[in-house]
Amino acid sequence: MNNNKVIQVEGLTKMFGYFTAVNAITFDVEKGEIFGFLGANGAGKTTAMKMLIGISNPNSGKAKVAGFDVFTHAEDIKKNIGYMSQKFALYDDLTVKENITFFGGIYGLSRKRIKEKSAVLIEELELEKVANKLVGSLPLGWKQKLSFSVSLLHDPKIVFLDEPTGGVDPITRRQFWEMIYKAADQGTTVFVTTHYMDEAEYCDRVSIMVNGKIEALDTPKKLKEQFKAETMNDVFLKLARG
Amino acid sequence: MKRFIGFIKKEFYHIFRDRRSLFILFGMPIAQILLFGFAITNEINNVDIAILDHSKDATTKEIINKIASSKYFSIKQMVNREADIASVFKKGQVKAVLNFEKDFSKNLIKEHKATIQIITDATDPNTANTISNYVNAILQKYQKELNKDITMVYQIVPETRMVYNPELKSVYMFVPGVMTIILMLVSAMMTSISITREKELGTMEILLVSPLKPIQVIIGKVFPYIFLSIINAVIIVMLSIFIFKMPVQGSLFLLGLESILFIISALALGILISTISATQQTAMMISLMGLMLPVILLSGFIFPISSMPVPLQVISNIIPAKWFIIIIKGIMLKGVGLQFIWKETLILLGMTVFFMALSVKKYKIRLE
Repeated sequence: MNNNKVIQVEGLTKMFGYFTAVNAITFDVEKGEIFGFLGANGAGKTTAMKMLIGISNPNSGKAKVAGFDVFTHAEDIKKNIGYMSQKFALYDDLTVKENITFFGGIYGLSRKRIKEKSAVLIEELELEKVANKLVGSLPLGWKQKLSFSVSLLHDPKIVFLDEPTGGVDPITRRQFWEMIYKAADQGTTVFVTTHYMDEAEYCDRVSIMVNGKIEALDTPKKLKEQFKAETMNDVFLKLARG
Repeated sequence: MKRFIGFIKKEFYHIFRDRRSLFILFGMPIAQILLFGFAITNEINNVDIAILDHSKDATTKEIINKIASSKYFSIKQMVNREADIASVFKKGQVKAVLNFEKDFSKNLIKEHKATIQIITDATDPNTANTISNYVNAILQKYQKELNKDITMVYQIVPETRMVYNPELKSVYMFVPGVMTIILMLVSAMMTSISITREKELGTMEILLVSPLKPIQVIIGKVFPYIFLSIINAVIIVMLSIFIFKMPVQGSLFLLGLESILFIISALALGILISTISATQQTAMMISLMGLMLPVILLSGFIFPISSMPVPLQVISNIIPAKWFIIIIKGIMLKGVGLQFIWKETLILLGMTVFFMALSVKKYKIRLE
């Protein structure tokens, strides 16, 4: 097994009754890569991601995440990944510091480590003034950035981001992507779903899912050449319309 | 363990920062117990009555004095004519009128029989009934005193003795019931709401992706409520002892253990509800309709089970609250030990284990 491949998926399938939500998808993700997982709503992105993070059982196929099998070692996977869901998911009725302490705690970080981490994190995000304020009182953009930082708290090998920039203004989106680049530079693999096609341009490689299948997978540049398109948006439209 | 403590700390932040849940947790139990204890009562105290005395002789005066000196009645006014009785009632000033016949003493001595009419306002039939019973009791006592010196009286007086609650204090009946309702409500409704809340917010997903095991998440969520429910049970027992002067006859330790058992069964029901409801609203509705109503109506708290139609009697058996009420009435009022309530305890234990197993199984299925 190639040690550089942190996600290896082969023929992974998920059925809900007679409906095939994810149809035999196959792909690899390399260490430190920013991997864009694209697709229209209902194409099966979130379902595929849920299988990889161990909260949904696949029907067939093979998948390894961070070197562990999703069928047999889901618990080991969970220790090695970070996850930020579509819904903003910190606790609104806890302060910034309390949220950090709580999530650090459930990942088993020591008290000292949590203290160090939260000091760094609060400084980087410039949240000093609101560190003891309830998260519910912060603007959405700040919450998203905080949420991303919290998902990186335990230094995971891979971080899964499910449409992380939904509903955020362009400036915050830009800052958010800078954070993603920084994480990738430090060796964290980033697996991100999005339906903003301009964001797809920022990824090292992208896959495009249509009706449960991966229809295209390459770097944005090569995909544009392959589909003779100007932008990723055009690539996507050509694919989605068949 | 450290993870667990962090989790519980977070759970307490949720509870103490939410005024609504704080109110449900602590305001409601106190309000309910005071309401049931003071407002809904079968006792009478200082009921206003009127007297129409046609004789005005020594005996009637003595009886009137006895009635006036009891704490149950206060004589509001004297009526002079029968025709005035209706108007006194209509004005709503009194609940009852005692009408002594003419020549009361003379009749009593000559014919050994004198009549007094007790007219009560039966728009409230329960109170009317109670008033008439209380007046009868006072009259009988007086009659006994009269007959004391006479040796040759063959009179059979039925004597009713109420055991366990000799003063017929209704609060004694309500405390076990209210305690049952509150423990059920706090444990089941609050846990189901707090679990569905995490589902609604999306934080449940984050918790499940974390290295915490589902069972740890559940225990972390319900543990604070076990703790708070126990505090609630203590508050209720203290209120009933110190405010309503209701003695706990049996062992407080046993009462505590049985309460914890019931709390756990209610928590299991709460988890079960959270697995079948997607939103907090649904969880609350299911808790109210599915748990509260049966507890109030079918547990024997207000309506005696023995007077229910047979199908309902059968259904009442599957309600944990029914067994818990039998148990705590036994401990609180009769002072019995485990040897008299082991059967009920075993049934409750069985139900608790069953609900626990079912909810853990259901919870797992939901994760797949």
